[in-house]
Amino acid sequence: MEHASFPPLSRVAICGGTHGNEMTGVYIVREMQKKKENAARSFSITPVLTNPRAVDVCRRYADMDLNRCFTDALLRSPVTNSMPYELRRAQELNTQLGPKGGKEAVDLLVDLHNTTANMGLCLIFYSLDWLTLHILKYIQNKISSVPVRAIQLDIPLSDAYSLEAVGKHGFAIEVGPQPHGVLRADIFNVAKKAVDLTLEFIQEFNAGRRFEGGEVEAYTFVKSIDYPRDSSGEITAAIHPELQDKDFHLLRSGDPLFLSFSGETVKHDGEDVYPFFINECAYYEKKVAFQLALKTTFLLPSVSVEKN
Amino acid sequence: MGEPRSQVSSLLSVCDSTTTSQPDGGGGDVKDVKTQPHLNSEAGNFSTGASAAFSVSTPPPSTLPGMSFHGSTARLSEARRVAIFGGTHGNEMSGVALVNLWIKNSDDIQRRGVDIKPFIANPKAVEKCVRYVETDLNRAFTPENLSASGGDEFPYEVRRAQEINRMFGPKGSPEAYDVIFDLHNTTSNMGCTLILESSKDHFNLQMMNYIKKAISPASCLVLLNEHPLLKYSTCRSVAKHAVGLEVGPQPQGVLRSNIFEAMRVILKHALDFIELFNEGMEFPPCTVEVFRVNERIDYPRDANRNIIAMVHPNLQDCDWEPLNPGDPMFQTFDGKTIPYQGSCTVYPTFINEAAYYEKQQAFVTTRRETLAASSIRKA
Repeated sequence: MEHASFPPLSRVAICGGTHGNEMTGVYIVREMQKKKENAARSFSITPVLTNPRAVDVCRRYADMDLNRCFTDALLRSPVTNSMPYELRRAQELNTQLGPKGGKEAVDLLVDLHNTTANMGLCLIFYSLDWLTLHILKYIQNKISSVPVRAIQLDIPLSDAYSLEAVGKHGFAIEVGPQPHGVLRADIFNVAKKAVDLTLEFIQEFNAGRRFEGGEVEAYTFVKSIDYPRDSSGEITAAIHPELQDKDFHLLRSGDPLFLSFSGETVKHDGEDVYPFFINECAYYEKKVAFQLALKTTFLLPSVSVEKN
Repeated sequence: MGEPRSQVSSLLSVCDSTTTSQPDGGGGDVKDVKTQPHLNSEAGNFSTGASAAFSVSTPPPSTLPGMSFHGSTARLSEARRVAIFGGTHGNEMSGVALVNLWIKNSDDIQRRGVDIKPFIANPKAVEKCVRYVETDLNRAFTPENLSASGGDEFPYEVRRAQEINRMFGPKGSPEAYDVIFDLHNTTSNMGCTLILESSKDHFNLQMMNYIKKAISPASCLVLLNEHPLLKYSTCRSVAKHAVGLEVGPQPQGVLRSNIFEAMRVILKHALDFIELFNEGMEFPPCTVEVFRVNERIDYPRDANRNIIAMVHPNLQDCDWEPLNPGDPMFQTFDGKTIPYQGSCTVYPTFINEAAYYEKQQAFVTTRRETLAASSIRKA
């Protein structure tokens, strides 16, 4: 059985408000900032409200989506006075918590998000990372009130555009369904539990505990599907009632996708896939009705901390 | 969590449970709806007594201009001009989609003898997919705003309110539109809700009774906002008969097919009613159960006005279900329960509506009441 070891994690960032109207992260970070960690830990925790201007007005962003600003190219773009707020903010965060790809970056960056889609709790990460997958497995074993899943975006680090790419290890915790601008107690409680379990895992990991390997499933992003639109770009159909809220339910050829305003059904015509981010509010402007994934199974090695 | 709570058509109707047991001291609740006293046939002579066990408002005569009574039937003028507003809040998508659909193709909203105008009330907000650009249009129709003169120094929505008042009003005048339907969505689990602004509007009461019967067993509840302090100057108040339609739960900026369809069906029945009325149909006396707005409850806040607790999981999504003294109401961030401390059972609604955080409202309490509508017929 394979084994992997990692150096101890000494700096962890918990981020919220990357989208200013995704309320769970905003309030979890605010509470963490208020409380100021008392428990003796083998690592430091930095709670960060990443997009304060957007949080203030309870909007997703002020000028542009902060969570698309972290590609290598954008992080390198020259600073100007007319620079979009979020581009400047991304560079500030990269200095504070990174630099992305560098030795000084925080060991783990967790970014809290909400979605209007019925996705339960998802950990979203870029490339294969045994540590992150072990945290997923740890959380899955301890949370049963909602489904806990992993979504993998198979993108090289240089093109990775979201905040969690800044940390040496990183993932987003996405919890839904919750309308933007709304704070639901059930969603808050499950997200907070996921954060607490992540910190618990790190504490045990640093203390030398060995976490046994095993199989873990993840959903690997394939592509996005837009709404049907007319010649002037207006949406002509809504997500079909049989697809609405069915995130991660297998979609087969012939299954309904959209119901047009005039009553016609548009059906799926293609391979079996798993839809997610179904009817996410913020994706209308990104021309995404839902995204599609294939399921991949990973064989996790056991992990433990590197001993000097 | 898991699947979102059951939506529109399967909303359990609180009104239908006529034998809901209430704790003692639940004054003001209707325990069951008995047959209403028969209206006196003498012109202008209505029984106005309200028994202690019920809250029943019997309509006094001649309460609305243009209304006359022959026997016990109120004769009302025909509803010839009707408007359907969508996008009064630019991110409440069902109304925006329906109105845009009907502007392009008005087949579904054609009715004999009625001129029906679909209208996007706040186009700038719709374009940006926000509730409002500068100020809430649905609070802007105050007498001060509507009579103010001036121009660009006013917020966009105030100028828009004046324009709407010119097009569909003037508010309070004989030239005003007969009916305005104002289409809204809410993040609250309210199902289909009709919003009534006056307990004395027999036309609206009869319409709402018609709609409720037409969609049964699916339910459509009636919210009455006649509270002197909590009532606000809505877009639809420009018309002689203002009808609000609120359907949820739906996140802002999202279009859910089932919510869209439910709204479409309700409008269909509403327009059918108007057509039947205009053709001379008499609608016999009826009673309508309503939920009367009682009190606004804000989130607990700290000295800096930041929220320090959330709507309790036991209350979340429980719009229209009884909230008893002592029941969980809020939950703090570290899990402590804050109970409801009113003196009697109330029926909360607009629970956790996104747009109301800035209006200092976590939910609004209501009391159940039965209103009586006289029979109506066109004059």
